[in-house]
Amino acid sequence: MKEKPVLRVTSKLLIPPIMLFALYVQFHGDFGPGGGFQAGVIFASAFILYALIFGVDVARRIVPAWVSRAGLSIGVLLYAGTGVAALFGGGNFLDYSVLAHDALHGQHLGINVIEFGVGTTVAAAMVTIFFTFASQSPHDPEDLRDEDDDADFDDDFDDDLDDLIASRTMSQGLSQAGGAGGREAR
Amino acid sequence: MELAVVIGMLFFMAAIALAIIWVRNLFAVTMLMGIYSLTAAALYVALDAVDVAFTEAAVGAGISTVLMLATLSLTKAEEKPFRSIQHPVSLAVVLVTGGVLIYGTLDMPAYGDPDAPIHQHVAPRYVQDSGQEVGPPNIVTSILASYRGYDTMGEVTVIFTAAAGVLMLIGRGRSGPGRRRKTWDYEDLEGDER
Repeated sequence: MKEKPVLRVTSKLLIPPIMLFALYVQFHGDFGPGGGFQAGVIFASAFILYALIFGVDVARRIVPAWVSRAGLSIGVLLYAGTGVAALFGGGNFLDYSVLAHDALHGQHLGINVIEFGVGTTVAAAMVTIFFTFASQSPHDPEDLRDEDDDADFDDDFDDDLDDLIASRTMSQGLSQAGGAGGREAR
Repeated sequence: MELAVVIGMLFFMAAIALAIIWVRNLFAVTMLMGIYSLTAAALYVALDAVDVAFTEAAVGAGISTVLMLATLSLTKAEEKPFRSIQHPVSLAVVLVTGGVLIYGTLDMPAYGDPDAPIHQHVAPRYVQDSGQEVGPPNIVTSILASYRGYDTMGEVTVIFTAAAGVLMLIGRGRSGPGRRRKTWDYEDLEGDER
């Protein structure tokens, strides 16, 4: 990680605009393309980029497991809760028209709330899935070490493809996570 | 002109799909799948479906590629060669199924036909009345969030279930078998870095 200053600096420059763009997509979704789903994915990609460059364990300190798991549930609860609130307001389930003094305002409020719920769940789900996958250590490192395939993989592509740096940075995180076994596998 | 662009992109996508089948290096396959998704996103833009294009670019070309890379770091970089089974019956089944599918498309309305059934049912009401009934200028948002609110709630629940399933299968839970696979802790990591 320490020897990749370009990746570190550019990723730190990129992450705030990515998050800002996600918020724009989230709250501008009723005027332009976008909405909760896309915004959630973009917001999660900021954390995933951070995890790719700095390692999953460092990123997990920013988004601990309980945060992403809570976000996962809170989004669905917000969505379904809006439906129940409409029931209490005298309408049908998810009928937002009764949420405010007139129907259009109610619809606007309801759509914004449920889109925020969608965004929360999607962002938390993407972060959860990626972090869970990336913090796995290879099940049998011995099995991988003896394969020539892996050596080819490293030699052929290491210099050519920048994208591989990302996956290798991730595997550095993995080898940290996996301890000595993971490191031997490389 | 637009039709030519669409057809060209469809051919390009078919070529990428064939390349995905041929190439054995899984890293290259992952990148090709990202390119496929990006081409699909461009195709959706050409078809004026910007919301779908947005999703395809973010999910298909972005997150999926990263998830594939994460999986790739757990497995080998080269696909195992398999014994090719060439059986005439399998070929016949595939050809007949493909032929029937193509025959099925002959009934479909022409590309861009305004009289197609899909444009006759509820679409006119969405286009004409959603401004008064729901409000947002983006009709797609009105449909997804309000007219089809149930469907979207189901989709969110599906995403929730997917993440919960991943957590249950391979996550390090507070209890259960994942607990035993714990191979690190923060103190070790900090010592390692300094």
